[in-house]
Amino acid sequence: MSIDMKTLASPAPLLEAHGLTVRFGKVTALDGLELAAPPGKVLAILGPNGAGKTTFVRAVATLVRPDSGELRVRGRDVVREAASVRRDIGLAGQFAAVEPTMTGRENLEMTARLFGHGRAASRRAAAGVIDQLSLGEVADRRSGTYSGGQRRRLDLGASLVGGPRLLLLDEPTTGLDPISRREVWQAVRGLAASGTDILLTTHYLDEADELADHVVVIDRGRVIAAGTVGELKASIGRDVIEVVVTAAGELDVVGQILERVTMSPARSDNGGRRITALAPGGPAELAAVIGCLQEAAIRVDEIGLRRPALDEVFLTLTGDDTRVPATAGQTIRSAR
Amino acid sequence: MTTTQPTMPQPLSRPAGPPGMAGASAQVALRALRKYIRTPGLSVMGIVQSVLFLFSFRYVFGGAIHAGATSYVDFLVPSYVATIVLFTGGGIAVAVAEDKVQGFTDRLLSLPVPRYSLVLGRTLADSTTNVWSILTTAAFGFLFGFRLLGTWQEAMAALGLCVVYAVVFTVVFIVMGLFAPSAQAAQGMSLIAFIFAFISSTYVPATSMPGWLQPFSKYQPITPMVDAVRALLIGSTSDVGLALAWSALLLVVFTPIAVLRYRRA
Repeated sequence: MSIDMKTLASPAPLLEAHGLTVRFGKVTALDGLELAAPPGKVLAILGPNGAGKTTFVRAVATLVRPDSGELRVRGRDVVREAASVRRDIGLAGQFAAVEPTMTGRENLEMTARLFGHGRAASRRAAAGVIDQLSLGEVADRRSGTYSGGQRRRLDLGASLVGGPRLLLLDEPTTGLDPISRREVWQAVRGLAASGTDILLTTHYLDEADELADHVVVIDRGRVIAAGTVGELKASIGRDVIEVVVTAAGELDVVGQILERVTMSPARSDNGGRRITALAPGGPAELAAVIGCLQEAAIRVDEIGLRRPALDEVFLTLTGDDTRVPATAGQTIRSAR
Repeated sequence: MTTTQPTMPQPLSRPAGPPGMAGASAQVALRALRKYIRTPGLSVMGIVQSVLFLFSFRYVFGGAIHAGATSYVDFLVPSYVATIVLFTGGGIAVAVAEDKVQGFTDRLLSLPVPRYSLVLGRTLADSTTNVWSILTTAAFGFLFGFRLLGTWQEAMAALGLCVVYAVVFTVVFIVMGLFAPSAQAAQGMSLIAFIFAFISSTYVPATSMPGWLQPFSKYQPITPMVDAVRALLIGSTSDVGLALAWSALLLVVFTPIAVLRYRRA
């Protein structure tokens, strides 16, 4: 390993973007994006569809040239030092980019060769990745026969065989069933534990919650919030009152009570019996809500005060209910 | 955190440097060849289709076409074999478009491979499959009654020309695939090649076409290209120079487009 004076002095940020702008014709995908991410973390870029997440990953992967601004990966410029950036990254895009007519092992060995490994080193790298991602049972089958989760893990493996410093995962679990999703999550956690820096994009809030140390929320090509998951949740500074009613028919009445007490919009599961509202007044408002519920003789299964979930943070940040990213299996709507 | 996985965290080794042009191109080509060989729809059906077309022209339409002094089978087979890539080449455009849409090209471009190796590897692989199509179709040509009228040296020269055309058309179809927004669109675009194949001296003597159509047939590249191969095989005088000039021109125009377009796929 070569000794880089810059990294000795102070560790270069994993990613650094200044005024990063990318346009496609009239569409501005990234609009002066500012970002600095420390190394040694899992960074999640969170945002609704069309926020610019994929464009950002493609810019980091040297696939899109910025129109203006600057983007550095581990201190290296993605345009002027593209070749050296490519040696540092591994990309697993939105679609599993593996060759279905080749076996998992063949795919991995091919990608290892394309990273620059020799024949023997490629074999070792492929075997190592197969082991690491628990692909042993299917490694010698054509990848076209894999399940969605297996294919995604193989794709992840292909991005790893060159020993990248930074792994780029663009929506790693989009389109996967819940079991495959867990498989991929487990693989990502394992990689993070082994010391690979990871940048992932997602529009699933629970995914960011589950995997990321740092979250950057982007919307319309700009960063609208950044920090640890805990910091983001704390940034709202308000608790959430959550009520689970016994009879779903009473949800609307409870919603009205919540809104009257907290002065913030109530949100309910679609068709569920759960309803929530941000409570700036904390415990006092909880007590008031309980009082009102007793007065109205509404029976509840559960009631309580909790820290906001990431989706509630997101709603507060974007102030827009119609473009809320989905949490798996749940849609959020305003009661009003 | 529970660690039930057999994962023993160990950083994977990093290669000493990026792959060379030859090595990267070979990997790109190897993958495309494997896909071709392992997908019966490409490898088997491509050949079946080209043989069926040859059969139809030879035995169905052939009786109604008069090729002057030469018999129709001797007229047809050389030019048919020379342009067979125009029929099978749609598969190249489709494969290139699929790679682009499905993220495979992105993966390649995110790797530290020399940029030219994408086009070089692809061309290498597809030219190889095209030569295979040429040889099998030629074999069926002989089966359907074609006989060499020139010398074997001329036959070898004709084969060499066909190989050159295979490379040229491969690059053209790669460019089509790179510009197509989807695999279906690539399939559609590749039909353009049919127009050039049909309005040329490939299947019928150009002189049998109406006067207003003849200039197109005469001054587009396919006619001189097939005429050169035919002349070599039936032992008449051949303008190989013009055919090679067209080939060179097409390569010079389309190769840079392919390379540049691949970079920002």
